[in-house]
Amino acid sequence: MSDGNSPMQRPPLLSLSGVHTHIGQYHILQGVDLDIPEGQLTMLLGRNGAGKTTTMRTIMGLWQASRGEIRFGGEPLNGVATPDIARRGISYVPENMGIFGALTVQENMHLAARSGPMDTARLDWLFEVFPALKKFWKSPAGSLSGGQKQMLAIARAVIEPSRLLLIDEPTKGLAPAIVSALTSAILQLKSFGATILMVEQNFAMARAVGDTVAVMDDGRIVHRGLMADLAADKALQERLLGLSMDMHQ
Amino acid sequence: MSGSLQTVLARLRGGDGARRSGLLLIAALMLLALAGVGSVPTWITLTLAGLAMGMMVFIMASGLTLVFGLMDVLNFGHGAFISLGAFVGVSVMAALGPWMESASLAVNLAAVLAGAIIGMVVTGLFGYVFERLVVMPVYGNHLKQILITMGGLIVVEQLIYVVWGPDAIPIPRPETLKGALTFGDVVLEKYRLLAVAVGLTIFAVMTGVLTRTKIGLLVRAGVENSEMVESLGYPITRLFIAVFIAGSALAGLGGVMWGLYEEVITAHMGMSVMVMVFIVVIIGGLGSVEGCFLGALLVGLMNNYVAYLAPKMALGSSILLMVAILMWRPEGLLPVAKGR
Ligand SMILES: Nc1ncnc2c1ncn2[C@@H]1O[C@H](COP(=O)(O)OP(=O)(O)OP(=O)(O)O)[C@@H](O)[C@H]1O
Ligand SMILES: [Mg+2]
Repeated sequence: MSDGNSPMQRPPLLSLSGVHTHIGQYHILQGVDLDIPEGQLTMLLGRNGAGKTTTMRTIMGLWQASRGEIRFGGEPLNGVATPDIARRGISYVPENMGIFGALTVQENMHLAARSGPMDTARLDWLFEVFPALKKFWKSPAGSLSGGQKQMLAIARAVIEPSRLLLIDEPTKGLAPAIVSALTSAILQLKSFGATILMVEQNFAMARAVGDTVAVMDDGRIVHRGLMADLAADKALQERLLGLSMDMHQ
Repeated sequence: MSGSLQTVLARLRGGDGARRSGLLLIAALMLLALAGVGSVPTWITLTLAGLAMGMMVFIMASGLTLVFGLMDVLNFGHGAFISLGAFVGVSVMAALGPWMESASLAVNLAAVLAGAIIGMVVTGLFGYVFERLVVMPVYGNHLKQILITMGGLIVVEQLIYVVWGPDAIPIPRPETLKGALTFGDVVLEKYRLLAVAVGLTIFAVMTGVLTRTKIGLLVRAGVENSEMVESLGYPITRLFIAVFIAGSALAGLGGVMWGLYEEVITAHMGMSVMVMVFIVVIIGGLGSVEGCFLGALLVGLMNNYVAYLAPKMALGSSILLMVAILMWRPEGLLPVAKGR
């Protein structure tokens, strides 16, 4: 297994070691080992049902790990309540986006800016990368298109400063033009130094933004390495990701 | 397609269209009743009675719908707060006997207000205790919620018997709120006018809080997707407790008002209004305060029109109304789009 973060010997910002998660009677995560290096974008890949979303939900405390340890910035995260996890600096864009449809775009953002008035520089940057948010600022978020909702979900996750951003499949079902807008927004976030863990089925986007990659299967991490190495190795892609990736290419 | 057209279409599909059909339904019911009743003055009297009843039921139901919407909690004990509020409020008003019998409207209102406020404070505090002791242990389990909150209701009824005795207590309305204003043939009961005014005020205040304050926005967001509210850093249980307390206090206020309306209170009164309260919550769409308001108006009006036209059918008509609305809109008039 190659070591994706050899250039930096700093401890990872987030680390999961031997994490198991049960949902009801089902044993979903079966010993996940994953390190998220600071200042990088870690791609989490894997077939449908591999456990990617469950991993993110376990990090957020929305599912409880039944075994193993999660550490964030050196502190244990096991058993910490979701709101406290958010307040320690992890923000989350869930797979279903979690938009409050009855609230306006502005109200969605207002709630996300937990510690007070929205930072105007951040907001200006968001309006620049996602102009639709400005246009529909006072409209109910439920009336936005799927792509606009995704932009709002990401904007909501970055309006409050955070140390780690979890983004679950942001391009799901979106048109190419919107995918490229999201890609450029994420590249800009990276250039600001953000640490990101992202799930993505769109391999083109994954290779464009990913630094390191972890591949999951059946509730375990089966490969870790540099995104560039995986992108260059068709045979490895085929073996790890199978047909599911081809369908999305 | 232009963005704004999309917005308008989405709005029509969502809240605004549903809201409009709710209002149309109320208008249709009123017109139908006018045709059925035949006499305009009688119709006006009945309409006021219906609106007054609707407002009181709204006050009692609004907290319940949010409690369900936020944390999926079925609270069958809500009726206990109604009865408790009524007994506390009535005791306060009885203690202020001379104020109730005064010929001054202001003094009368002060007595009612004192009863209402103390009733609300006591039921609000009691709601807090009830939530922590009875409801919290059964988060996430509907069957247990139904059983234990029903148990809580019975215990509270028994406690009322212990404190206030087993008999129904008559409670005359204050002097200046007795009787009716008459304009020609139109008879408007004074107390019903007051009930409508209080109901509208509560609705306006609640709407203001839910749309203009951060805690109100969090409540609405939480009804839609409580996990996301937590993921943004806000503990949903704290919001829930706040809503539970407010809802209990409103049930207490509703109890005081209902007691004065019926001019008699019994420990069992909460339980008997709960049938209507549940119908209203279901018609309105679980979790929707605005739907609850529309539903309460519909049920209040329906009850009073039918009670006049076919007295034996009053409660049955509400149930029929609920069935008809659910066949048309299975999630109620203004369902909350669940984000999860
Ligand atoms: N609430 C749940 N109850 C029961 N099983 C669940 C639940 N949520 C997820 N699972 C199961 O857990 C496994 C992993 O699901 P998860 O959503 O984490 O996969 P994923 O890798 O995100 O897949 P996808 O690419 O389809 O989003 C799947 O087999 C799924 O059926
Ligand atoms: Mg997933």
